[in-house]
Amino acid sequence: MYRYTDFDTAFVAERNRQFRQQVRRRISGALTEDEFKPLRLMNGLYLQLHAYMLRVAIPYGTLNSAQMDQLALLAETWDKGYGHFTTRQNIQYNWPKLGDVPDMLDALAEVGLHAIQTSGNTIRNVTADHFAGGAADEIADPRPVAELLRQWSTDHPEFQFLPRKFKIAVTGSANDRAVIKAHDIGIQVVERDGQIGYRVLVGGGLGRTPMIGKELADFVPQADLLPYVEAVVSVWNLLGRRDNKYKARIKITVHEHGLDEIRALVESRFAETRAAFGGHDVALFEEIAAQFAPPAFRNAPTEVYDAAYATDPVFRAWADTNLSAHRIDGYAIAQISLKAHGETPGDASADQMRVMADIARRYGHDELRISHEQNVVLPHVHKSDLPAIHKILKANGLATANIGRISDIIACPGMDYCALATARSIPIAQEIATRFDELKIENDIGELKIKISGCINACGHHHVGHIGILGLDRAGVENYQITLGGDATETAALGERTGPGFSADDIVPAIERIVEAYLEHRSGREESFLETYRRLGMAPFKLALYGEETAKKARAA
Amino acid sequence: MSKPFSPKVVTANALIEGDVIYLAADDRWVRSLTEAEVLTDEAVAQLRLLDASARSAEAVGVYLAEVADGLDGPQPTHFREAFRATGPSNYAHGKQAEG
Repeated sequence: MYRYTDFDTAFVAERNRQFRQQVRRRISGALTEDEFKPLRLMNGLYLQLHAYMLRVAIPYGTLNSAQMDQLALLAETWDKGYGHFTTRQNIQYNWPKLGDVPDMLDALAEVGLHAIQTSGNTIRNVTADHFAGGAADEIADPRPVAELLRQWSTDHPEFQFLPRKFKIAVTGSANDRAVIKAHDIGIQVVERDGQIGYRVLVGGGLGRTPMIGKELADFVPQADLLPYVEAVVSVWNLLGRRDNKYKARIKITVHEHGLDEIRALVESRFAETRAAFGGHDVALFEEIAAQFAPPAFRNAPTEVYDAAYATDPVFRAWADTNLSAHRIDGYAIAQISLKAHGETPGDASADQMRVMADIARRYGHDELRISHEQNVVLPHVHKSDLPAIHKILKANGLATANIGRISDIIACPGMDYCALATARSIPIAQEIATRFDELKIENDIGELKIKISGCINACGHHHVGHIGILGLDRAGVENYQITLGGDATETAALGERTGPGFSADDIVPAIERIVEAYLEHRSGREESFLETYRRLGMAPFKLALYGEETAKKARAA
Repeated sequence: MSKPFSPKVVTANALIEGDVIYLAADDRWVRSLTEAEVLTDEAVAQLRLLDASARSAEAVGVYLAEVADGLDGPQPTHFREAFRATGPSNYAHGKQAEG
C-alpha cells in the first residue's frame, strides 16, 4: 500500500492548517458564506439538508486497518456513530459541526487520509476496481496508476478551476468493475506485445445527460499516460462550456465537437505535454508501483474451508454469493455486504468498522477496499480463514449473503440528507430489500442490480442499473421512474424508461411485478434478468407494469 | 389578478451546527418550525428575509419556505420542508430526536 512521503504529510498538514484558519475566520464573521463556500468545498465540506457533511476521500477505495479504525473514531467522536460509504469509494459523515471539522481533518491526516478535492470543479478522487491486486482476471494492479493520477491532480495549478467536476476511474481487468464507461476518463490496463499500456475512454457520465464513454486511444504506452491524460483535461479545460453548468462536463464537449476533433486536439496538445514531462513521472510511477507489491501469500491447505462449505449451509450461502476468484490458489476475495435487509445501503457503524479493521489485520494482509457498490472488500483472504471470518461477521451483523442480488442495492443518500435531492432513495431501497427477503426468492432471481438515485444527478447510478429507479418531485409528491436494461460493466448500456413513474407507495409493488415477469419469461435459471431483457425487450415488462392497454400502445408506437 | 400570497416562514441552516433554523417573531433563530413567525404579507416577508440574510455570522442559505398556518402553528406544505422540520427517515436523528 502507498505510504505518504514527507512531502505528502507536509502538504496535507499545511492544507489542514489553512482550513482551520479559514473556519476560524468564517465563525468570527471575517469571511462571508460566499467567500467561505469555495474554500470548504475544496476540503470536502458540504452543507446539506440537516447538517454539514464531510466527504473523505478513500483513494482508489483502498484502506488499511489503522485507517478504518480512524474512520470509526471520527464516526464516534464527531458524528452519530456511523459513516456512509458512497458510490465513488468515499465515506461521508452526515452530522459534523463546523467548528469540529478541522479536528476531524487532523485526525484523518494522522493515518494518511484527507478530504481534498472530494468536491468542487476539480479532478475528484480517482476510483479503481475494488478487486485490484487480487482479481484472477487482472493484467496489472490499477492502483499505482490511480495513485500517480492522485498525486498529479492534487492541487494541479491548471486544473483547480475546471468547467465542472472531473472523474477518473481505472480498471486492471477487461471485466470492468470500476464503471469506467461512466467516467469523464476511463482507463483500462491492457497488454500489447508484452508491454503494459492503457486504453483511454473519454466522455462517459451519468447525470441529466447520460453518455457511455468512447474510446479515445486504444493503447497509450505506460510512460505516456500522465502527459496524455493531462492533454485530455487541458483540451477540455479550454473547450468546455462555462456558460451553462449542465453542458460543462466533458461528455457534452465530446458530443458537441465529435470524437475525431477532440482526438486531434488531444494529439496536438499531447505533443507539448509529452515534451514537457521529461520522464520524472515515469520514475515516480516506478516508485509508487513498488509500494503496491503483493503481500506475502501463504501456501496452506484449505480443508477447513471445504469442511465448512460442505456442512454449514449458512456459510455455504455466504460463500456462494460473497466470494470471488483470487489470482492465487487457496485465496479468495471476500465481500462484506453493507446491505443487510432493511438497513441503509452503505452505512457502517463505528463498531462494525472496527470489526472489519480487525479482520483485515488478523486475516487479510491488513487490506480493505470500498466498492462503488457500497460494500467492503477483503481482497486477500486465505480460504482456510474464511469460516472464522464468517463467524465474526455474523456476530456483528455483517454476514448478509446477497452480493449481486436484488437486495444489494446502490442508493444515494437522497432527500433524507442531500440538499439537491428531489425524492428519497434510502427508504425505497430498504423496502425493496425487506420485501424480497420476505418472499425468499433472492437466490432464485440470481444476479439483479437495482440502483436508485434521488435526483437527476444520478449519484445512485440508476442509468446503469439492471433496474434503475429515479426519484423525482412531481407537483410536490415523490414520484419514481423506472429504467430497465442498464449495465455498469464492460458491456455498459443505459437503461430505457418504462413509462410513467410510480408513487412511493406503488414503487415496490411495481418492482415486484417486473421481477415476476422476469421469472415467468426467462428461458431458465441460468438466464439472468439482463439477458432476458436483452432477448425480449421492454414489452413483457411494460405489460406487467401498466397492463394491456398501455402495453398495446407501446407496441403500436 | 395575481395569485394570493401563501404564508411563509424564514428558514436557513445554522452556521455552526448546520441544522435547520427558523426566524421567530422576536428575531431569535429557533430550532422548531412551530415557533417560527408566519408571514402572511408579501412585503413584510421580503423585509424579514432581507434582515435575516444579513445575519451571515449566524445563518447560511436563508430563504422563504411555504407553510400552512394550522392550529398547532405553521406546518410544512412540501415534503422537503417536512424532512427539514423532522430529520431523516432512516434513523431517528436530527430534530425528531431532539424532541
